[in-house]
Amino acid sequence: MMDSDLSPQDKKDLDKFIKFFALKTVQVIVQARLGEKVCTRSLSSPTGSDWFNLAIKDIPEVTHESKKALAGQLPGIERSMCVEISLKTSEGDSMELETWCLEMNEKCDKDIKVSYTVYNRMSLLLKSLLAITRVTPAYKLSRKQGHDYVILYRIYFGEVQLTGLGEAFQTVRVGVVGTPIGTITLSCAYRTNLAFMSTRQFERTAPIMGIIIDHFVERPFGNVGHMHPCNYRAPGEDEGAYNGVEDSQEVCTTSFSTSPPSQLYCSRLSYQSPVLVGAADFCHPSTLNTANPHQMGVPGKEGGVPQQVPVQPCHGAQAEHRRVSSCPPADHVPATPSSSGEDAETSSRSVGVKSGSPWGVLETTFTRKVGAFVNKPGTQVTTASLDLPFAAFAPRAYDLEENDPMVQPPESSATSSPLQGSLHSQGSGESGGPAQDDFVMVDFKPAFSKDDLLPMDLGTFYREFQNPPQLTSLTIDVSSQSMAEDLDSLPEKLAVYEKNIDEFDAFVDTLQ
Amino acid sequence: MNCRSEVLEVSVEGRQVDEAMLALLHTILLHRSTGKFHYKKEGTYSIGTVGTQDIDCDYIDFSFVRVSSDELDRVIRKAVGEFKDAMGNGTDGMGQISLEFYQKKKSRWPFSDECIPWEVWSIKVNVVNLANEQERQICREKVGEKLGEKVINIVEVINQHEYLPKMPTQSEVDNVFDTSLKDVQPYLYKITFQITDTLGTSKTTWFCAY
Repeated sequence: MMDSDLSPQDKKDLDKFIKFFALKTVQVIVQARLGEKVCTRSLSSPTGSDWFNLAIKDIPEVTHESKKALAGQLPGIERSMCVEISLKTSEGDSMELETWCLEMNEKCDKDIKVSYTVYNRMSLLLKSLLAITRVTPAYKLSRKQGHDYVILYRIYFGEVQLTGLGEAFQTVRVGVVGTPIGTITLSCAYRTNLAFMSTRQFERTAPIMGIIIDHFVERPFGNVGHMHPCNYRAPGEDEGAYNGVEDSQEVCTTSFSTSPPSQLYCSRLSYQSPVLVGAADFCHPSTLNTANPHQMGVPGKEGGVPQQVPVQPCHGAQAEHRRVSSCPPADHVPATPSSSGEDAETSSRSVGVKSGSPWGVLETTFTRKVGAFVNKPGTQVTTASLDLPFAAFAPRAYDLEENDPMVQPPESSATSSPLQGSLHSQGSGESGGPAQDDFVMVDFKPAFSKDDLLPMDLGTFYREFQNPPQLTSLTIDVSSQSMAEDLDSLPEKLAVYEKNIDEFDAFVDTLQ
Repeated sequence: MNCRSEVLEVSVEGRQVDEAMLALLHTILLHRSTGKFHYKKEGTYSIGTVGTQDIDCDYIDFSFVRVSSDELDRVIRKAVGEFKDAMGNGTDGMGQISLEFYQKKKSRWPFSDECIPWEVWSIKVNVVNLANEQERQICREKVGEKLGEKVINIVEVINQHEYLPKMPTQSEVDNVFDTSLKDVQPYLYKITFQITDTLGTSKTTWFCAY
C-alpha cells in the first residue's frame, strides 16, 4: 500500500532512519536520567557517524538493550517502542515515574522527501527530546539519585503500558514527524502523584567514614528483574566498543553528508573515574525533604538543583551492566601486622574490609603492597642509602616507630606542657604501642632549620603541637558545672533579651 | 509569506532575569541551529555536528540544554546582559526581549538588502520584588516550573513544522544562516528588546542586531 509508493532506496533509507532514530531516542532518554550533566562537543566538520547531525553518544549497554527489545523489528503502527523510567529505593519500594513512547499512526505524508525532510525533522525532534527530558519531574529526581534511591529504565516493544503511573498522570507530546508510511509521534506520560515519597522517612545511614565502598557484586536493591540502572558505568574509553561506531559502518547516508566515517567524539558522560568521586558521595547520603517530595535536598545546600556528584553506587542489576570499580583502601583500614620475617619492600598483604553497607555486609578484599622504607627488622636503613633529597639533614639512624610520636602520639596531659615535653625529646614520643610494620617515620629535620632560637627544632614543635591537650572547658566536670550555672542564669538572660527586643527586630529587618 | 510570531510571558525576580532569558533563548536557538555547511563541488553539501550541554541555573530550580558553542553563548549572554541592565537592578518593571529569525533578500544598488522576518519569539518579562527569603525560595521553584512549561510551549510550536527557509546554495547561504560562528550555524537572527518602567507609559527601545 504505502510502501509500494516508495522507491526501494527511499524505503531502505526510511527504515534505517527510523531504526537509528529509535536507538538515539533511547540514548537521549536514558542519558538524561543518569544523574549527570551531559556535554558533547560541536564539530564543524561532519564525521559521517553522527546520526541526525547531533552529537549523541552511544552507551553500548543501552544500545544493546534497545536492539534486544526491538528484536529486529522497527517501531511501526501498533508496534510502539517504550522506555519506562522508574525509581527504586534502598528499602525496596519502587515507583514508575514516566514512560516515553515512540509510536506510529496511519497518517501518511506521501509527498514528503525521505532523505531530506524526514531526516531533518527527526533531527529536530531529537533536539526537542533533549529539551523536554530536562523538564519532566523525573529529571530532578535523577540528578539526586544515589544512596537512597536509584533510577532504573526498561525498554519494551509493543503495547504502551501506563497503568503504573498512577491515576493522574500527565502527557507531554514532544513532536511528530510525518513519513510516507505513517506519522511518528514521540510523547511522554509522567506521574504527578509522588505520594509515597512524601510520606516515607528515609533513614539517614551513618556515613561510612574512610572506607570507600566498592561497587556491589550482588544486586543491593534486590530483584529488579528486567530493569536496568541509569547509573552504571560504561566501559572505558579505550575499549572503544561503541555501538555507535559499529553502526556508523552504516554511514548516515544522506545526500548532504558525504564525509568518511570516523570515531564518535567521546563525551565526558559516565566515563569519570569512580575513585575521584565515590568516597565523597558515600560519605554524604542525600536525605528526603518530606515537606516537598520534589526537592531531594542534600544537606547543606542552600537551594536550587544541587550539583550532584555524578558517580553513584553501581547497583548492578545485571552483571553485564555493572562495572566494579576497584578503589584503594582508606588509611584506617585495619592492617594486620606482618611477621618479622617478611621481606619489607616486596611483601603484599590482603586486607579484609567489612563495608557495613545498609544492604548487607560485604567483604571486599584489597591487596596492598607494602610501601618503601618498610621496617626491615635487624637491618638499619640509613637515609643515605635511601637516596633522599636533603639526606644530609636527616639523622643517621631512624627511630623505631613505637617511639615515634607521629605514629604513636603521646597521651595528652593537662598538666604537662607539650613544649616542656619536647625539650627532652629527640624527636620521639614516650608512648609505645604495637609496632607498625608498614612505614617507618624518619625523624623529620626541616631543611635550613636552626636550633639556636628555641631548644627544639621545627619538626619537634610541629609534632608536639599536633596533639594539644584537651581544652578544660570541654572536660566533663567543668561542663556539668557550667550547665547548672547556665540553667540558673537563663531567666536573667531571657529578661535582657526581651528588653532589647526592638534592637533584634531592627537587626533582622536590615537583613531582608 | 507571513511571519510567525510567538509570545511567552514570565514573571521573575530581578536576579533571575539572566537565567530565565538564557534558558528560553537557548532552547529556541537549539532548534534553530544546524551544523556548519560544507559545500562540495558537485552541488551537494555536508553538515557538521551540533553538540549540546546541560546548564544548571543558580537562582532558579531549572536546567536547560543549549548548543555547545561558546561563541553563540557569549553573544546571547551579552544581549541578555544589556537587557537586564536596561531593566535596572532589583527594581520592578516590565520588559520584552525578542528573538527574530529573518532572511536577507538581496536588492540592487542603491538599495540595501532587505531583512524579512519569518519567525519572531517575544519573551515578556515582569520583574517582581520579593520581601523575604521564604518568598524567594518559593519563587525559585515556581519560576522553574514556569520555564518548564515555556520549554514545552516552544517545542510544540517548533514541531508544527511550519515555514522554514529553503536550504540555500553556497552563494546564498549568508542570506539564510549566520555563518560567522566556527562551530555551529544558526539561522540569521537578531535580538531586540524594549523596556517599560512602572512609572508610566514611557518606552525605550534598543536594537541589538547580530
